[in-house]
Formats: sequence, C-alpha cells, structure tokens
Amino acid sequence: MARTLSMKDAINEALDQEMTRDPTVIMMGEDIVGGAGAAGEDDAWGGVLGVSKGLYHKHPKQMIDTPLSESAYVGAAIGAATCGLRPVAELMFIDFMGVCLDQIYNQAAKFRYMFGGKAETPVVIRAMCGAGFRAAAQHSQMLTPIFTHIPGLKVVCPSNAYDTKGLLIQAIRDNDPVIFLEHKNLYASECDVPEEPYAIPFGEASIAREGSDVTIVTYGLMVPNSLAAAETLKKEGIDVEVIDLRTLSPIDMDTVIESVENTGRLVCVDEANPRCSIATDISANVAQDAFGALKAPIEMVTAPHSPVPFSPALEDLYIPSPDRIAAAVRKTMGA
Amino acid sequence: MSDLITPILMPKWGLSMREGTLAAWHVEEGTEIKPGDEIMDVETDKIANVVEAADGGLLRRCVGIAGEIYPVQALLGVLAPASVSDSEIDAYIGAFEMPVIEEDEDEAPTHEIAELGVGRIRYASRDGDGTPVILIHGFGGDSDNWLFNIDAIAADAPVYALDLPGHGGSVKSIDNPGLGTMVEAVIQLMDHLLIDKAHLVGHSMGGLVSGQTAIDHGGRVASLTLICSAGLGNEINSDYIDGFVSAANRKELKPTLKHLFADQSLVSRSMVDDLLKYKRLDGVQAFLDTLRGNLFSDGKQAVGIADGLSSLDLPIQVVWGEADAVIPNSHAAAITGAKVTVVADAGHMVMMENASRVNELIKEQL
Repeated sequence: MARTLSMKDAINEALDQEMTRDPTVIMMGEDIVGGAGAAGEDDAWGGVLGVSKGLYHKHPKQMIDTPLSESAYVGAAIGAATCGLRPVAELMFIDFMGVCLDQIYNQAAKFRYMFGGKAETPVVIRAMCGAGFRAAAQHSQMLTPIFTHIPGLKVVCPSNAYDTKGLLIQAIRDNDPVIFLEHKNLYASECDVPEEPYAIPFGEASIAREGSDVTIVTYGLMVPNSLAAAETLKKEGIDVEVIDLRTLSPIDMDTVIESVENTGRLVCVDEANPRCSIATDISANVAQDAFGALKAPIEMVTAPHSPVPFSPALEDLYIPSPDRIAAAVRKTMGA
Repeated sequence: MSDLITPILMPKWGLSMREGTLAAWHVEEGTEIKPGDEIMDVETDKIANVVEAADGGLLRRCVGIAGEIYPVQALLGVLAPASVSDSEIDAYIGAFEMPVIEEDEDEAPTHEIAELGVGRIRYASRDGDGTPVILIHGFGGDSDNWLFNIDAIAADAPVYALDLPGHGGSVKSIDNPGLGTMVEAVIQLMDHLLIDKAHLVGHSMGGLVSGQTAIDHGGRVASLTLICSAGLGNEINSDYIDGFVSAANRKELKPTLKHLFADQSLVSRSMVDDLLKYKRLDGVQAFLDTLRGNLFSDGKQAVGIADGLSSLDLPIQVVWGEADAVIPNSHAAAITGAKVTVVADAGHMVMMENASRVNELIKEQL
C-alpha cells in the first residue's frame, strides 16, 4: 500500500481502472484523444494538463475527442448516461460550466425527480477549479456553492490523492450526476494511494487532524492551508481539529456538529466567494443545530467578494492563507 | 569514559515510522532503571505505546522533552553510572549526532511481493541467522499487526510477516476463501522463499492457520506459538466479527475495534482510518463475508485444531491476553502438553499491548 501517487496520477489511475472494469464507462473531452496543433498525433495532450495521458491507447473505444463546444458534449454525455453508458465528461475549467448549465441543472439534475425515480443519469462531469494558477478571473473560480445549491447534483471536491481516487471511482459507479471538482494547485500533491481500486462513499467527511479547542471545516486546497495553520497554532497551545468535507452534496453535517459539540468553536474556511457559500451553509447549520455548544461567534475565512485577480500579488492575497486562517482561529479563542 | 554511557533512543516501530512524539516520561533523572522497565510513552501518527528500557542503568539525563517530536534514533535520555561526571555527559550529549528526518522518496520498500499459485502475496522480511520465523496475522489484520515484534524477533532469527490472501496488500479475488486457502498461501510462500522448516507464530485466525499448517504439513513446522488463537474452542465474540465485517464507516468501526484492546484508548483515528481503507478496496467486503461464513458463522468457530495438535510431537506454546474480549482466555488450556502463558492487562492484541513479554516468549521458543 505504501506507494505514493500525485492527485493527477490518481485521477488517471481511477479512470483507467474503471474503464477496464466496465466497458460502459467512457470519457469525453477536449484533446483527450488527439491534440490540436500536434499534427494529428494520438494521445498528444491527454487533456489540458495531461490528466488522461496514456489512457487512449489502452481504451481506444471508450474515449471520444470532442469539438470545442461544452454545451454539445456535456449534453451528449448526459444523454448517453440516460441511455445506459457511464460517461465521464472532462471540462477544462469549471468556469466554462456556464455555457452548458442548462444540460446540467435543468436536465441531468431533474431526470430522477421528473420521471418518478425511473430515470438514472450516471454521468460524471470533471473540471479543474480554484485559484493560484495565474490563470485570471475566467479560469480560477471556486464555484462549488453554485452546484451544491442544486438538488439532484452530487458535488465532490477532494483535498488529496487518496481521496481523489476513491471518490472518483465512487462518482463513476454512482447512478446520479456528479460534479467532480479537482483543484489544479493540488494536482502535484502526493500521498499513499493503494494500487487496487477502491470506492469512498459520498457524504462522509474525513477528520484530517484531531483537536480539542477549535473546529475548522473546509475542503479542497483549503485543507492543506488549514493544516498548516493548525501546525502554527499548536506551537501557541491551540489544538485545532480540521474536518475535510470531501463531498459538499451530500454533506456530512453529523461529523461537523459532533466536532463543534466537542470544541465549542467553529471556523469555516472556503475558497469560494463569501456570499451564499459552503462557509455560510455550514455556519447556518451549526448556528441552528448546535448553538448551545458554541463558546464564541463563528468565524468565516473566504475569498473576497470579487473576481479572482490576474495580478499574482493580488491573487496570493485573494486565496485564504494559513495566516488568515490562524488569525480567525485565534479570534474564536478570544486572543 | 563514554563506553559507560548508554543512550535511550526514539524507537522505530515499522519501516514507515520516521518520527515520534515523546508523550511522557515515566521515570525521573536519578532513577535506577532495569531492562524492561516502562520508561516513556511514545506516539506516532499510527499508534501510541509505552516504551520499555532496552538497557539498564542510572538515568542521568532526560534529553527529550515531553510533548516534543523527535526523529527515529534521536537521543532522548542518557544512562550512566554515578562515576561518570556531569561534564562527560554534557560532552556526550553535545557530540551526539541527532538524526535528520528523511523526506527522501527512494526509501526501501516496506514490503515485498511474491506471485504465488494462490495469487499475489505481500510480505515483510528481516534478515537473520537460523530457522526462520513466520508471523501470521488474524482475521482482517495484516503484517503490520507485528509492528512491535518483527524487529525484536529478528535479533534472533530471520523473520517473515505475510499478508494472508484477502488481507493487506495480498490478492483479494479468491473463490470461496477458507482455511485451506490460508494454509496453502503459507506453504507456497515458504516454497517461494526456499524455507524448508519454520517456526510459525499465529495470532487469532492466524493461529488457526499456523496450527492447521502444522497438522497438514508436519515436516515444515519447527514450533508453534499460538497467540489468542482461533481453533481452540467454540466461542468467539460475534459482536466483534460481525461488527468488523459490516462496519461501513468510522463511527461503526471504532467501537468494534475497542474489543481488541484492554486499553481501549489504543484505538487511534489512524488505526480506524487504515482499516477502513482496507475494507474499501474492491473485493474485500465479499471476501470477508465469505470467510466469516466459512470460519465463524452464527457466533461459533467452525474449525477446531486442539485435538490434532495435542497428538503432534512439536513444541507448542499458547499465549493469551487475560482481558481478551474476542476469544475467551479459557481456550488457552485446550492443547494437551502445550506451554501456556496468560499475559495480564492485555486484550486480544496482546502482541501489541505487551510486545516485550510476547517477544520474549516467542524468542524462548526458537
């Protein structure tokens, strides 16, 4: 088991193993088979950052290169899912979801409800998300709240390679539409990943760090940032618990409430913009269900209510840093 | 004079351990320590345990500070007779080269793989001289169950710890797994490693496997150490077996694992997480369901080896944790002529809870 893999390679391995296990699993996306500008060479790019590199030659009948039309191929993937395939559509960046949103939120998310539970739409839409890649406002957003808002969609945003492989396999085997969001600044992060396939159930947060003074609830890139803050705070005698939600829909509020009942203090850390976010959702739930346990007001650490800046200096300030997270934790401690 | 000085070092529990937290000292400076005395608590991200003194002597200096993290082999304390001066001890501490925590990628593999007839079998090994010792874990366990034993036993003999089929890093897809599959895996691994004869040490279901191997392949077994072994009576705690097989998440698994230890605080988050990771591998759930059905259905053990072993001309010892909540310690007396040791203040995982005592017993048998 002790083999380390990057998150990017964990995604590749999950796709490879699932396409091998089940021939109805297919991939659709831009430049996943050939490669624009590469003289028609097969498997030239493996998608925008090479995530699916090497898969085409193993599964030539299960991979489809698509035109630069997200609305067309995401719609096709959803249609294929309703007809018995298990498509994984790769969208380069979550920011492009806007052009195919009707297919996602008005069609895929609604079929099970509108056809009396008889229709299943086992589609996965993978996309990169998040800031820090110097890719400006249209390629850097953390749009988790938009998809989490819509009933009928499952939303996943993992923080490490182990979870990524198990959650992606679960997403492919799941019979509902899943929005699978991969933080591009975590692609290189490595951890132990079993070679064998495994599935991690949705709706189960993981406790990334146990602690007794303050609970941080977060997901994605903010998990390593929160863990870094927790290390700093440990030296000050503040013992922080870090909860990694892993899936935002369904969401594991039980683990959050249980932790807050132990610590009495909550800091919600969310890379998304502050209004109507995962942070506000968690805060509201805790305020409603565990108000009596709180010893201090809830703190939220989020991006500001502005687009992601292109200036590297400003972008670094935009993303919640370990320092900002630590400051919020200290505030709940009355420091 | 420094040959009179003996260091107390951060222990290394398993190949993956790089650092540990010195949680607490149990002894103060100026205490005369005997080998085996409990001197400190050490915690890793995997497990917490008490450290027993490897050497005896007067504890002159506690170098390690409680609550701090130290690399493996770091100097935590100094033993020396009163005749050694404080300045000599200061000089020794000053000259001690603190190991650096290695972050390198190309560390030695923690396990090896053998492709056998039964399928892929993963095992850990330690070099040594003499008749090899093979450590066989129990139901749902793996070779890491011997974390506190493998290196200690390796001082006296070559040691191998395998993952049985369906467990750890070994093959998961097995048709109708049962005792025969497990015995076959042990024999095939011995053939693969060119081991003619070995001392078998089995824990729980691994004891059953060891015993059955001795019954079926008499000439291949030099001695048996059966630890909280299955196969020596009817009863088994079905809350544990069924709970372990059915637990789907942390919340369900954690209370189940508490059956394993006398000191239930030893069930760490990382232990629960590691077992969940194992249970979630493709094929494991079906494997455990079938194996439980074949060996431990309806809260009863299906196979007994006590009679078969009583008639063998083989050194056999039985070791039990007195507080075992999975298999009752009354089963310890089942084999006629076997040496029996019941270890106090330890549960089913007695080889973890009182590793030094169990290591001693295993080594006496060699």
